[in-house]
Amino acid sequence: MLEIKNLKVSAGGNEILRGIDLSVKVGEVHSIMGPNGSGKSTLAQVLAGRDTYEVTEGEINYKGQDLLEMDPEERACEGIFLAFQYPVEIPGVSNTYFLKAAINSIRRHHGEQEIDAMEFMGLVREKMKLLHISDDLLKRPVNEGFSGGEKKRNEIFQMLMLEPSLAVLDETDSGLDIDALRTVAEGVNALRDQNRAIIIVTHYQRLLNYIVPDYVHVLSQGRIVRSAGKELALELEEKGYSWLEEQPVGSTG
Amino acid sequence: MSIALKERDLYLADFVDLQKERETLDPTWLKELRKNAMQVFTRQGYPTLKDEHWRFTNVSPIARTDFTLAPLGQIDAGSLASLDFSDLGIPRMVFVNGRLAPEFCTGLDRLEGVRVLSLSQAIESGEPLLERYYGRCADYADHAFSALNLAFSSEGAFIHVAKGAVVEVPLHLLHIQTAAVDPYRVHPRTLLVSEESSEFTFLESFLGMGDNVYLCSPVTEAVVGDNSKIDHYRLQRESRQAFHMGVNQVQQGRDSSYVSCGIDLGATLTRNDLSCVLNGEGGWAGLNGLYLLNQKQHVDNFTTLRHGAAHCNSREMFKGILDDSARGIFRGRIIVDKGAQKTDSKQTNQNLLLSDNAFVNTKPQLEIYADDVKCTHGATIGQLDETALFYFRSRGIHQTAARSLLVYAFASEVLETLNVAPLKEALISYLTEWLPKGDLVRELYQK
Repeated sequence: MLEIKNLKVSAGGNEILRGIDLSVKVGEVHSIMGPNGSGKSTLAQVLAGRDTYEVTEGEINYKGQDLLEMDPEERACEGIFLAFQYPVEIPGVSNTYFLKAAINSIRRHHGEQEIDAMEFMGLVREKMKLLHISDDLLKRPVNEGFSGGEKKRNEIFQMLMLEPSLAVLDETDSGLDIDALRTVAEGVNALRDQNRAIIIVTHYQRLLNYIVPDYVHVLSQGRIVRSAGKELALELEEKGYSWLEEQPVGSTG
Repeated sequence: MSIALKERDLYLADFVDLQKERETLDPTWLKELRKNAMQVFTRQGYPTLKDEHWRFTNVSPIARTDFTLAPLGQIDAGSLASLDFSDLGIPRMVFVNGRLAPEFCTGLDRLEGVRVLSLSQAIESGEPLLERYYGRCADYADHAFSALNLAFSSEGAFIHVAKGAVVEVPLHLLHIQTAAVDPYRVHPRTLLVSEESSEFTFLESFLGMGDNVYLCSPVTEAVVGDNSKIDHYRLQRESRQAFHMGVNQVQQGRDSSYVSCGIDLGATLTRNDLSCVLNGEGGWAGLNGLYLLNQKQHVDNFTTLRHGAAHCNSREMFKGILDDSARGIFRGRIIVDKGAQKTDSKQTNQNLLLSDNAFVNTKPQLEIYADDVKCTHGATIGQLDETALFYFRSRGIHQTAARSLLVYAFASEVLETLNVAPLKEALISYLTEWLPKGDLVRELYQK
């Protein structure tokens, strides 16, 4: 589904990603871990199309299309969803409205009918229950006055409503207590299926106890230094990131 | 002195004509007031850029224009109905080119607990409140447009809300300026007096029917009684070539509440002077404004909020959305008198620039003479939040629509202060026309 080849990305004149190769197939869950400043968030944002980052080299192939040629809204309509690390507040636009506008935009893109009120509310109730989100959160402006945990849960709620093909979670677990973490994990696991792929960008290993990845990649200073199965996450948990930095680059297990 | 001799004579000649016309109509006190006002005006003339309070608004286009007095405007019901904002389903008093149009006044019988008269009716009946308050609230000694209005105003509205009356139904004062070949000037005037513990909402709208040049310089005086609650909305949508120079003067009694919201959509040059004095303890003043500008429109909001007594609260929220080469000026003066302890005041002016050539100058001006007060102020001038924009796009919402939604969201904070639902809806409709991909904004409101 996703093929990243030799991706190099800069921001403000500094090179952040120094040649990333990554291949994600349908049905797979990949985790990208790494120390602060390794470029994890940058990778996530570049996949979503944030233009504050400059792609200097490489290509990204998504479902057979050149992703780098697509606008952010196009990417979203084609099934990419980014759960932000720091979701922004949008006073004046309610959560309900925001979701409806997004759903309809995506439906329009596929030549489908716009969602009707009843179908929408049905979908909303279903997903809200899963994530323990209360009714009144919906009427409030997007993320306004939400706690950190509420914002992250709202991201996952949006994800479940939009049913993406490729979900990219940017440090969704950071700053969450164990209960919120479990709820978020439930939400993400509910999305797992053969037609979808998930990329989890995380600094901490803890989330991966609940969302068990198929592959774990470690990003360090803009490069993937190690790729392996889920055991790698446990190894990192034990030994820390600095252990890997001492290893030769490019070793895959 | 910025009126050339020739123009001054024109105004003087008009004044002499007016005096003759009103010889048998005006009581002595009013004649005196007019004379004094005219003297002030001819002595001072229009302000120049050298005047402290007019540094950013150049009124020389007004000073240079020969205005006739407003011609008799004739409009038919059809053209009135097709004018945006003209029919909000609430009681309405209509003035066309400064003259009462009784054929279009509707629903005034629905108003209970409040007397609504045209100024000429009030003058004719010798209304005592008129002599007491008319021309006494709005300071004309230092303000050319206020003086000009006091000298020439011959029609408007007089509103008296009875003690304890809670008037559920709002009143719409509709001032229409018709199209004409020659530039003309019109000076509508409103006086509102609310007695103790009364509650009332009224809207003044100024609508131009054409694209012509005219000067509309209205003055509204409001005497808000102790413990009374007045909501005052002002909607300006003059012709795109018109000049709108408005003055609002509010005197508040103790424990009173005055909430205003001024919306500026039209005219080429607008200046709104809003002065609010909290005379008694426990008062509340909420001053809100929204200006939506494009092309070369210029709006200058000059507010003076005076805390003249202790334990009063005030909030000012003015927002501007500017596109093309529009210009927005905001001056918010807050004066806290020595005895006004426990004052709680907050002022914000936020401006959204949608183009590179839009211009804003904003300045709060705090004069605080008491020592136990809380006064905060803030101003922003910026563009749409890129992070918010990206958030929308990352969810599949296209850029143009996202921009419009964010602009709407920005404006909605001010629109939410309006308690007259049909007015709010009409404004949202207007906003959706003004914005590209505005239909999505309409859906937003209808959720």
